[in-house]
Amino acid sequence: MGVSVSVPNAVVIASTFSTSVGKIGQVVAVVAVFFAAVLLIFFAAGRATGRFQRPLTIAIFVGPALVLLMVGLVIPSFRTAFLSLHGANSAHAPYVGFKNFGWAFTDPATQSVLLNTLAWLIVAPVLATLIGLTIAIVVDRMKRQALVKSLIFMPMAVSFVGASIIWKFVYDYRESSQPQDGLLSQVVIFLGWKHPPNWLLTHPLNNFLLMVIMIWIETGFAMVVLSAAIKAVPDEVIEAARVDGAHGFGLFSKIQIPMIRATLVVVLTTVMIATLKIFDIVRTTTGGNFGTDVAANDMYSKSFVQNDVGKGSALALIIFLGVLPLIAYNVIQLKRERANR
Amino acid sequence: MSAEAVQVKRAPSSGAAASKDVRKAFSSPWASIFIIALTVLWTLPTVGLFITSLRPAKYVANSGWWTVISHPHFTLSNYNEVLFKGGSGGGLFPYVINSIAITIPATLITLAIATMAAYGLAWVKFKGSDFVFFAVFALQVVPLQMSLIPLLRFYNLGVHIGSVPIFPALHLGGTYYPVWVSHTMFGLPLAVFLLHNFISQLPGDMMEAARVDGANHFRIFRTIVLPLSAPAIAAFAIFQFLWVWNDLLVALTFAGGTPKVLPLTGRLEQLVGQYGANWQLLTAGAFIALIIPLIVFFSLQRYFVRGLLAGSVKG
Repeated sequence: MGVSVSVPNAVVIASTFSTSVGKIGQVVAVVAVFFAAVLLIFFAAGRATGRFQRPLTIAIFVGPALVLLMVGLVIPSFRTAFLSLHGANSAHAPYVGFKNFGWAFTDPATQSVLLNTLAWLIVAPVLATLIGLTIAIVVDRMKRQALVKSLIFMPMAVSFVGASIIWKFVYDYRESSQPQDGLLSQVVIFLGWKHPPNWLLTHPLNNFLLMVIMIWIETGFAMVVLSAAIKAVPDEVIEAARVDGAHGFGLFSKIQIPMIRATLVVVLTTVMIATLKIFDIVRTTTGGNFGTDVAANDMYSKSFVQNDVGKGSALALIIFLGVLPLIAYNVIQLKRERANR
Repeated sequence: MSAEAVQVKRAPSSGAAASKDVRKAFSSPWASIFIIALTVLWTLPTVGLFITSLRPAKYVANSGWWTVISHPHFTLSNYNEVLFKGGSGGGLFPYVINSIAITIPATLITLAIATMAAYGLAWVKFKGSDFVFFAVFALQVVPLQMSLIPLLRFYNLGVHIGSVPIFPALHLGGTYYPVWVSHTMFGLPLAVFLLHNFISQLPGDMMEAARVDGANHFRIFRTIVLPLSAPAIAAFAIFQFLWVWNDLLVALTFAGGTPKVLPLTGRLEQLVGQYGANWQLLTAGAFIALIIPLIVFFSLQRYFVRGLLAGSVKG
């Protein structure tokens, strides 16, 4: 196991604690200095008068956010687009045109990465939304619905890394002659499948098993949002539909579903965007091996492990182009709603 | 299910009753069984993790966690092991501290800057403020992946045009600063959007009255806007806290090189390889990483849900 440490436990703990106190002290100091600075600027700028007052006010309120967004997101995005047209080594990489993109769509390994990403993009959001919608409808009439909702929603609070370890344990494989410790193997053996495979090594099943982790996390989100939308459908609408003779399942599918269509699409696109950027699950469970790699993880490996900045940037741009229609849709939707207000 | 639905025919007394009527169509015993099965399915993996983290190594190696029903053997030694010993790379305790040290400033500073920006865009209207708001909203979904490489180089190398330095290299490797600043940058679009939604709805006459009394924007912001937007700020604080605490990508990129600043998620990802089949240790480590977000989540769930709804069900 390699866990025995020669240093006595107490000494290790004591030194760890003293470093920790130092770190926390640093944190408190940074936060205090930051807020003191903000207050000071507020105080000083509040004294300003004349024609500088208004621009100064705007600069202080909006300036920091805009500078951070420019430096952190806008400029780097353009830079990544630029790098994606260049070769591997960062410093003086030659211009290579669209070669990196050509590589992404023709290299067999990367093709399978993109296909996996596409499968993720369809399967995980659709299933999470469908299961979430079903629960949202059914659970409202149940006793202890708050408990059920909390338990289904709980994975939202957990990190992808934590969730991946939880499920990696569920998928754990042992020879069928030995006592099992993976829940999935035990269940299928109990159900009569005597020799279950090594789940995470079995392609293409392993892709779906990893998607299950995403579905496990995002279903609670879909449930909460859709449940609120269903409750927000005005009573008069349902009343009117009933007068016209709709009831039961018909009322639900013909009236309620169309009424919450906008929310359904928002949930679906939100989960899709999260799925497209998924990285932690694949990295923690399989490391992208056994045919399970996806674009975001491959992007990380290319950029930071293999130091091929050009290809990594190209993959980042492909992810971005995948997200773009979803952003465009959401912006249009928001503009329309603001116009209606 | 549809046969059930056909039978449901009650007088349309009110809209609320009608809506219940619809739900009734789904509330057959089968539906209840389905929900219970689903809830068990959703919870069981986490239960298994928790139980395994409390079992002695020899039992974990030889039997599944469900056998505790007939053979209950529990220990806390796994937690002692992963927190304070933990083989090469040391125990998890310093990484817990790193996670706390990263998360608190990354949450508070993001909130401060975002609330200010949201107020500025909503109430200090200027030419182009609507455009800026939409631009910030659109930035929300630019994948982090788009900025990782250039941002890392910016921190490490500064900015040059040719060989002329425009901005010096900051030499911040091995400190928390790049992680704090990056999390702030990446959290801002959603934060500004959510808080703007809330702050722009505040009653305008109150601010008008304060302005008539001679208060400037800074005073209005401190004395009126901040107290009134506390619920929205709380909702986003939970979001940002969970997001930063649970993040792996930003942590690996900007703190990946050194255990001095690497948070819990980063260490855990390494442990998956290191502990291999020692599930009692890996599960204990995972549970340490889960417990703080779970406490935050279950105690503040109401605010969390509110924030979620404000972000997704617009209007």
